[in-house]
Amino acid sequence: MKALAWFSFLFGATFFILPLIGMAEFSLSMLRGVYSFEAYRVVLRDPAFQATFLYSVMMALGTIVLGIGLVVPTAYWVRLRLPQARPLIEFITLLPLVIPAIVIVYGYIRMFNTSSILPLTGSVTGTNILLLFGYTTLALPYMYRAVDTGLRTIDVGTLTEAAQSLGAGWVTILGRLILPNVLTAVLSGAFLTFAIVIGEFTMAALLNRPAFGPYMQLMGANRAYEPAALAVIAFGITWACMGLISVVGRLSKHTRAAR
Amino acid sequence: MAFLTISHLVKDFGSLRVVKDFNLDIAKGEFVSLLGPSGCGKTTVLRMVAGFEAPSLGSITIDGQDVTALRPNQRNIGMVFQAYALFPNLTVAQNVGFGLKVAGMAAAEQKARVSEMLDLIGLPEKGPSYPFQLSGGQQQRVALARALAVKPRVLLLDEPLSALDAKIRVSLRTEIREIQKRLGITTIFVTHDQEEALSMSDRVVVMNGGVAEQVATPFDIYNRPATRFVANFVGALSTLQARVIDAGAGRVALGEVEMTLSGPVPPGPSVTVALRPEAAHLGRGNGRETVLQGVIRDVNFMGSVIRIKADVAGATLSMDTFNRPDTPPPPIGSQAEISLAARDLIILEP
Repeated sequence: MKALAWFSFLFGATFFILPLIGMAEFSLSMLRGVYSFEAYRVVLRDPAFQATFLYSVMMALGTIVLGIGLVVPTAYWVRLRLPQARPLIEFITLLPLVIPAIVIVYGYIRMFNTSSILPLTGSVTGTNILLLFGYTTLALPYMYRAVDTGLRTIDVGTLTEAAQSLGAGWVTILGRLILPNVLTAVLSGAFLTFAIVIGEFTMAALLNRPAFGPYMQLMGANRAYEPAALAVIAFGITWACMGLISVVGRLSKHTRAAR
Repeated sequence: MAFLTISHLVKDFGSLRVVKDFNLDIAKGEFVSLLGPSGCGKTTVLRMVAGFEAPSLGSITIDGQDVTALRPNQRNIGMVFQAYALFPNLTVAQNVGFGLKVAGMAAAEQKARVSEMLDLIGLPEKGPSYPFQLSGGQQQRVALARALAVKPRVLLLDEPLSALDAKIRVSLRTEIREIQKRLGITTIFVTHDQEEALSMSDRVVVMNGGVAEQVATPFDIYNRPATRFVANFVGALSTLQARVIDAGAGRVALGEVEMTLSGPVPPGPSVTVALRPEAAHLGRGNGRETVLQGVIRDVNFMGSVIRIKADVAGATLSMDTFNRPDTPPPPIGSQAEISLAARDLIILEP
């Protein structure tokens, strides 16, 4: 029985890992006959890589800030005062999973084009803001779930009342009590958001922004070894984010806090 | 003049009225307990005083200020919760100093006040610890220190001992009462534990169905219950049906034994009277002029006290007797004489 379990695990792992090994091996084969990091060197020295990667990192950070600002107060308020609205909020936050990004971005373009009341696509800043909103929408299911799960681990109602009885207002309660207590969950959502934004293609491409996703696509269409190197880098970033989620969870000082 | 006045307080949840015309005056420095079964409205009253629930009708005044419409963070009321409610991300010192920081107190003053509070609760060395590193009793003491640090006008205790084990509960209730007396802080304590309420309070409010059935000292609540509910809820009680001979003179008969009660009884053929277990005596006793014949039905050995149940005058009468090693309890089924003083019989409303 144990052997069968191991066989199933190894078969599954092989199915998943073999293509990655193949891709990594291919990314190291740019120079004929030897393994080297030449493809990585070429990619990392490419000014377009640096510009697009920096752009996506900045967008990811902006998305995280906006997401936290939107989701933490919403999830907190729903848990505290509007528990009956929870199914509706959950449904809304799940919509980005069932509505393709292309539909969302076409909706944005139609709503905010240059002939609309709010012509965001008419300027670079406006389009960046639009993309930021788009990314926030895409990350909503992950961020909301992460924060909601975090809120579930603390007695939101009693902690809020205790803080109120000590004279605290809403901003103090959210900033100094609720957010720090769900920080691990918020960071989990943040890292997931980061991973999503770094690799996102559809929205950035259709809004014509110089993001990392369209750059990867461009490289894939024109080069042989560099796209494999880029894919390995992208995987590395994603895994690093996943690792950080786990590390943050373990390092949290008060994970065993009384509920 | 009352320091805290609760006037004609009503609370409706939808169509359900959980607090009905509740009135209470509390003097400055008084310790008042709200005692009652689950769902009697005691916690709702407390939450309305704290500002967590808005009254449907009525008003709450503290030190002459009407606080009914004030938000909880504007009332300067300290509260201790059943579930401790310590902030898990803050150390003990930060928890105690939270309200001071919110109030904008200078750092040096905060530090001194926190230190004073930790000394008060006997945990001066626990400042750097996190709540999860403390026992339940220690957490509740920190919660008390946190509530007191801001020098609140009123302290509210919402079943603060319920989550603790029996031994800690007894020691902590003494500690809470001593601290309350030392600081002279007006306190409302919510509990469903009658022993806690009777042992800690200056006055007890016994609540039932959203109304205050009786507001009195623990002594009066126990010995002179105003209603049948209070009599039954507080302490153990045996009830007996007595035949009325002369209602105005309080003359009744239990079986064939006639006696005169301490006051007049309601007119009618019979009246319900009640007796505390410690007021009945096995055998004849000094000052207990009424002697009834009974049959021993049950004997419960409880250590220092033995509770004996006997069939008397068509009812079961409980009596407590001190355990004496040289006097074994009577055998079950044996005949026994039970004596009592007629003045100890509590006349219950019809």
